[in-house]
Amino acid sequence: MSVTTHPTAVPAPAPIAFWRLKGFPLIPVLILLLIALVAIFADVLAPYDPEIGSLARRFRPPAWQEGGSMAHLLGTDHVGRDVLSRLMYGARVSMIVGLAAVLFAGVLGTFLGIVSGYLGGWVDQVIMRLTDTWLALPGLTFAIFLAAIVGPSELNIIFILGGVYWTRYARVIRSEVLSLKEREFVNLAIVAGCSRRAIMWHHILPNVINSAVVLATLMLGIVIVTEAALSFLGVGVPPPRPAWGLMLADGKKGLMVGYWWLTVLPGLCIMLMVLSANLLGDWLRVKLDPQLRQL
Amino acid sequence: MTAEPLLSLENLSTHYVSQQGSRVVRAVDDVTLSLNAGESLGIVGESGSGKTTLALTILRLLPPAARIVSGRLVFDGEDLRTKSDSEMRRVRGKRIAMVLQDPMASLNPLFSIGDQVGEPIRVHEGASRASAWQRAVGLLKSVRIASPEMRVRQYPHEMSGGMRQRIVGAIGISCGPRLLIADEPTTSLDLTIQAQYLDLLRDLQRRHALTLIFITHNLGIVARMCNRLAVMYAGRVVEQGPVARIFNAPAHPYTQALLGSLPRMSDERERLTAIEGQPPDLASLPPGCAFAARCPMAFARCAAEAPPEFTLGEGRTARCWLAAPATARAPLSAHAVGGEGGAHAEGIGG
Amino acid sequence: MKHYIARRVGYSLLSLLLLSLTIFLFVRVTGDPASLLVEPGASPQDIENVHRQLGLDQPLWVQYWQFIASLAQGDLGQSFYYRTPVLDLYFQRLPNSLLLAAVAMAFSLLIGIPSGIIAAVRVGRMWDSAGKIFALLGLSLPSFWVGLVLILVFTVWLGWLPSSGSGTALHVLMPAFALGWYFAAAHMRLTRSSMLEVLGSEYVKLARLKGLPEALVIGKHAFKNALIPVITLAGINLVVMINVAVVVEMVFAWPGIGRLLYEGISFRDFPVVQGVVVIGGAMIILVNLAIDIVYALIDPRIRLAG
Repeated sequence: MSVTTHPTAVPAPAPIAFWRLKGFPLIPVLILLLIALVAIFADVLAPYDPEIGSLARRFRPPAWQEGGSMAHLLGTDHVGRDVLSRLMYGARVSMIVGLAAVLFAGVLGTFLGIVSGYLGGWVDQVIMRLTDTWLALPGLTFAIFLAAIVGPSELNIIFILGGVYWTRYARVIRSEVLSLKEREFVNLAIVAGCSRRAIMWHHILPNVINSAVVLATLMLGIVIVTEAALSFLGVGVPPPRPAWGLMLADGKKGLMVGYWWLTVLPGLCIMLMVLSANLLGDWLRVKLDPQLRQL
Repeated sequence: MTAEPLLSLENLSTHYVSQQGSRVVRAVDDVTLSLNAGESLGIVGESGSGKTTLALTILRLLPPAARIVSGRLVFDGEDLRTKSDSEMRRVRGKRIAMVLQDPMASLNPLFSIGDQVGEPIRVHEGASRASAWQRAVGLLKSVRIASPEMRVRQYPHEMSGGMRQRIVGAIGISCGPRLLIADEPTTSLDLTIQAQYLDLLRDLQRRHALTLIFITHNLGIVARMCNRLAVMYAGRVVEQGPVARIFNAPAHPYTQALLGSLPRMSDERERLTAIEGQPPDLASLPPGCAFAARCPMAFARCAAEAPPEFTLGEGRTARCWLAAPATARAPLSAHAVGGEGGAHAEGIGG
Repeated sequence: MKHYIARRVGYSLLSLLLLSLTIFLFVRVTGDPASLLVEPGASPQDIENVHRQLGLDQPLWVQYWQFIASLAQGDLGQSFYYRTPVLDLYFQRLPNSLLLAAVAMAFSLLIGIPSGIIAAVRVGRMWDSAGKIFALLGLSLPSFWVGLVLILVFTVWLGWLPSSGSGTALHVLMPAFALGWYFAAAHMRLTRSSMLEVLGSEYVKLARLKGLPEALVIGKHAFKNALIPVITLAGINLVVMINVAVVVEMVFAWPGIGRLLYEGISFRDFPVVQGVVVIGGAMIILVNLAIDIVYALIDPRIRLAG
C-alpha cells in the first residue's frame, strides 16, 4: 500500500433520494427551507423597513382583527414597526447567527475532539478537563457572562455561542475517535507510514463527519433558543435590529394590555424553527449514526 | 402411554412477526411433545434454535412481537391457549415455574431476599406478610442455604452466585408447582457449584414430585439429569425419545453431530460449534430440511422436501428422511451432498 | 473506594480551578477589566485606583493568585448598585430561587415520571408517540416564551393568576411551570429509557414468571429501579434550575438569583454577574461530585472497582 492511498472505513455512499427514505421529516425540512428562503429574500419580501416605524401607527392588530388593516398583515409594535417585516428580517438574524455559531462550535469542537482522542496523554487530559468544566456551566449562564464582558453585537454573539457550545462536540467526537483508533484501517495507515497529522485529517476526520453533522443539527435548536434568550435579556443582538428574541422583549410592553401578536408570533417562529431542526436532527441521528442514539 | 400426560404440545408454532408483517421468524415450528408427571425432559439445541421461546410459549409469556399461531397446549388437562391473561397469571409461579439463566440478574437488587422468595406465596395463596416470611425461611433451608433466618433479611448483592441461583430455585418451588422449567440454570456458575446445584434440583424433583424441563446445550447435563430428550434445530424438534436410547443410537444426523462434539460434562461454556456452517435464518427457511445445508448425509430429497416426524418405536420420533420407513424412503443417492459423513459417524455415542 | 473518591475529589478541585481560571482570563484578556469593574461614569482617577487595587500592573499569575485567594475567602467583590458584598446578595436571593426550583421540580417530576412510564409500558404505541411529541415540544419551546404565553392566558385573558412578583402561593405557579416545562420533557425521556431498560431485565422477567399482576410488576419491581437515574438527574437539575431561571425570573419579576443576574446585566454591575456565574458553576461541580460519591457508597460494583 502506498502512502498516497488513504484507506478509509466508509466507502462513498451511493447517491440516494433523501426525501424518499422512510420517516424522512418532510414537513420540518420544508419549514426550514421556507425560513431560509425568507431570510435570504427578506429585502424583496418584506413590505416595510424593519427598523423604522411611525408612532402614529403603533400597536395595530393583525389584519383579521378589529382595527387591523391589510397594510400591516400581522400588525405593528410599540413604535409602529411592521411585525411581518420584522419577523422576516428576524429569520435572517436567527439563520445567520444560528448557522455561524453552530459551524464555529462544530469546527472548534471537532478539531479539539480529534486531537484529544487521537493524541491522548496530557493533551487529552487538558482538553477533557476543560470540557468537563465548561460543560458544568449552564450554556445560558456562561453565554450571559461572556456577553456581559464583550458587549452586544451579532458577531460577538456568534463567537460567544460557539465558544460556549464547542464542548458538546468535543466530548462526543473524542469518544468516537477513541474507538476508531483501534480499527484496522488506522493501523494500516500507521504501517503505511502516514504521519499523525495525515491520519487525523485523512482517516479519522471523514469518519466522524457524520456525527458532527448530526450534532450540528441538534445544536442548531439550542443555539437559536440561547440567542433569543440573550437578545431577550438585552445582551444579545442590539436593538433596533430585528431579532425574534428582541421582538419578544419589546412585546412584553404590550402584553398586559392584551397585544398578543407581539408575543405569540415571534415565539411561534422560534418554536417552528427549533422544532424543525430537532426533528431533522433526530432523524439524521437514527439514519446516519446509530452510535449516537443514546444522546 | 396410557396415563394422561401432564403436559402435551401438539403441532405448536410460535412466530415472531415484524411490525410491517413482512418478516416472519418461525422461532417454534410445529412442535409436538408430551411429558408425563415425574419425568424430566432435556431440550437441547444451539443458541437461537427456539428452546427458550418454546419455554416462554408454554408459560404464554412471549414478547409482544411473538405469537402462538397454531397448535394445542394442554397442561394438566387444561388448554392453556384458551386461558385469559389473569387465569394464566394464576398458572405462572403456582403450577408452572421457571428458573432463568442468570442468577446475578434474576433477583431485584432493591428488595430483600425474604420479600422476593415470599412474594409468590403472598400473591397466589393470599398469605400474610409474616407467614410468607416464615415460609421463605423454610424454603431457603430446603435449598440448603445456611442460617436462613439471617439470609432472608439480606439483599441480593450480599450473596454469592451459587447462593443466588439456589434462591431463584427456592422461588421456583415456593408454591409447589407441578412443572419446573429450568433455562440453562447453571451456565454462569463455576464447576463445583454447578454440580451442587444439579444435585439440589434432582433432590427437589424427588421430594416434591416435580416434572422437570431442562433447557441446555450441554448433553452431559441431560445424561445426568433427564430421562427424556428433545433435540431442537431451527425451531423444530428434530429428534426426541428416551435419553438412553438416543445416546446409544441417534437417528438424526444433527443429534449424531451433537453427540460427536459432546463436551466434557463439566465444561458448559464450550458451545456446540463443532458442526460446520451456520444455522439457517429462521425468517427464510429453505423449502427442504433446515439442516440439509450442514448435513453430511444429505441427499437430493433433503433439499427439496422437509421430512415429517417419523415414529421410531415407543415415544421416539425423528424428522429425517433417513429415519423414514423403507416404503417411504427414496433410493439413497450415491452422491451425498456434504461428504465426509464418516468422521461424524465415528463420534456417535461420545 | 477511597482511591476512587480521592480521584473524584481531585478532578473536582481541578475543575473548580479551571473554572476560576476561565473566568479570570476572560475578564483580563478581553479588554481592560478596570472598565468592567468600576462603576459606569467613573472618573479616570477612579479607574486608576481600581488598577492599583487589583494589582493590574503586576504579572498575570500574581493577579490570578490574588483572584482565587479572595474567592477562597468567599470574597466576590462589592455590588456597585446595592453597595453590599455580592455573597450577601446571593444568599438573600437564594431562598426565593430554591422555592421556585423546588416547585418547578415538582411540576417536572409530576409530569415527566408518569408520562415516561406510560410511554415505556406502551412502547411503540399511541401514548408513546404522544409522549415523543410532548418531549420534543418541551425541548423546543423557549421557557421565557412559555412564560409570556402563560401570562397572556392566565393573567390578561382569564385574570386568574398574578403576572409578576412573589409572596403568595399563586405567584409561584406560572414561573415554576414555565421553568419546569423543559425539565419535564428531559425527565420524561430519561424515565422512559430507564423504564424500558428495567422492563427488559431478568428480574422483571422473573417477577412475571412468578405470576405477579402487571400492576405489581411495574409498580413494585420496575418502578423503584427505573427511578434511580431519574432522581439522580433531578438532583443535578435542581441546581441547574437555580442557574438557568434568569429568563423566567425576569419575565415574572421573581426575586431570585436569576433576577439578580439580570439586574447585574442591566445596571452594568459586573461583580454581581461574575459572582453569580462563579457560584453557579461551583455549585454544579460540587453536586456532581456529591452524586458520584453517594453512588460509590451505595453501588457495590463501583466500590469494588475503585
